[in-house]
Amino acid sequence: MTTVVSAVVVLLLLWLALWTVVARDAFVAVAGFVVYGLLLSLVWVRLAGIDVALTEAAIGGGLTGALLLGAVGRLRDSEAQATAERSGAGTRAFAVLLSVGVTLVLVLCVLALPESAPTLAPQVVQNLPATGVGNPITGVLLAFRSLDTLLEAIVLVIALIGVWSLAPDRFWGGRPGPRYSADPDGNLAYLARVLPPIGIVVGLYLFWAGADHPGGKFQSATILAAMWMLVQMAGLGDAPRIDNRWLRAGVVVGPLVFIAVGLLGAWTAGAFLGYPDGWAKPMIVAIEVALLPTLVLVLALLLNGAPARGEASASARSSGQ
Amino acid sequence: MSTVVDAFSIVAIVAGLVFFLAGTVGLLRFPDAYTRLHALTKADNLGVALVVIGLLPQMDGVLAALKLVLVWLLVMLSSAAVSQLIARSVRRQERGE
Repeated sequence: MTTVVSAVVVLLLLWLALWTVVARDAFVAVAGFVVYGLLLSLVWVRLAGIDVALTEAAIGGGLTGALLLGAVGRLRDSEAQATAERSGAGTRAFAVLLSVGVTLVLVLCVLALPESAPTLAPQVVQNLPATGVGNPITGVLLAFRSLDTLLEAIVLVIALIGVWSLAPDRFWGGRPGPRYSADPDGNLAYLARVLPPIGIVVGLYLFWAGADHPGGKFQSATILAAMWMLVQMAGLGDAPRIDNRWLRAGVVVGPLVFIAVGLLGAWTAGAFLGYPDGWAKPMIVAIEVALLPTLVLVLALLLNGAPARGEASASARSSGQ
Repeated sequence: MSTVVDAFSIVAIVAGLVFFLAGTVGLLRFPDAYTRLHALTKADNLGVALVVIGLLPQMDGVLAALKLVLVWLLVMLSSAAVSQLIARSVRRQERGE
């Protein structure tokens, strides 16, 4: 019975993936991609990867979907022209060859994997008590492979800087995106008043539960960022100016604290990002608490996009003109 | 006793699935966006409600049951708000604004 359900989900997933790729209309493709993300998170639930399922639903389906919808909105004016364009036979043949080639290599790689896949899971479970956290995923992300997590956080901050740098000079330091306005008595405003208190509690719960259960800062930050976006889109609050000092401090606090803890480890435990005996849990908590505002701000500001209105800040005016 | 509870769960969940089926058929067959939304909200509200009611006696502990009820309330809240927004955006497009 469960095999049949799994098979149906896999077929649906493949069909949806194909549909997303061949859809001519960008909006339709994005809708397909979002459903694909949600279905993929179901697959992760079936594989008992609850942490991955939560991340896929929140980031793969939700956040990426929202980013892509924003892109579709921006591209709408030029879409008809782009779809009418037919690339040459050579380009098309090359694209087909390239995709088939990559797929073949991937298939060969998967087939060449050893029968029992190499795993570090037993070592993780064995050494988990030393970190003081109960969720092995959190243990891997913030103790055994914390360097990866540090680089991830830095990449997010750099991505945000990349988005901001698309701003025209006259708006540098201003507010990103359009100023949303909605009927203050309408149901979007109603939703934006009712949902955030619940969303904030759920987000903080996921954050705190991440130490011992599925959850963690990424899933939590996505929910918190979504609540902020909801408030903005309902016209109840505006996007912040990007030259706000507190905002910028919040954006970089996570990686900075992470690096500071890493250097502290180099001094006290003899290795960068090493934790001295008995101090692993408080240090992991410190990193997570510092990363949360960074992630919330970066995810929301990535959705907000480049500064597009408001007066430029004084420094940009003096150097720009 | 547990047989009675199980039977109740099965009846409620199957009834919920019937609403889901009807909602899906409506989504596929109805002629315009408004009637399709109308079909969908039946699945969202009654379908999810019946499935949740059917699952409630199967949960271990009051806390887990409360979480389930919270999920149901959140689905109702979001589906009500989103279907209104979709309907409004469709009307705006029809007026050509």
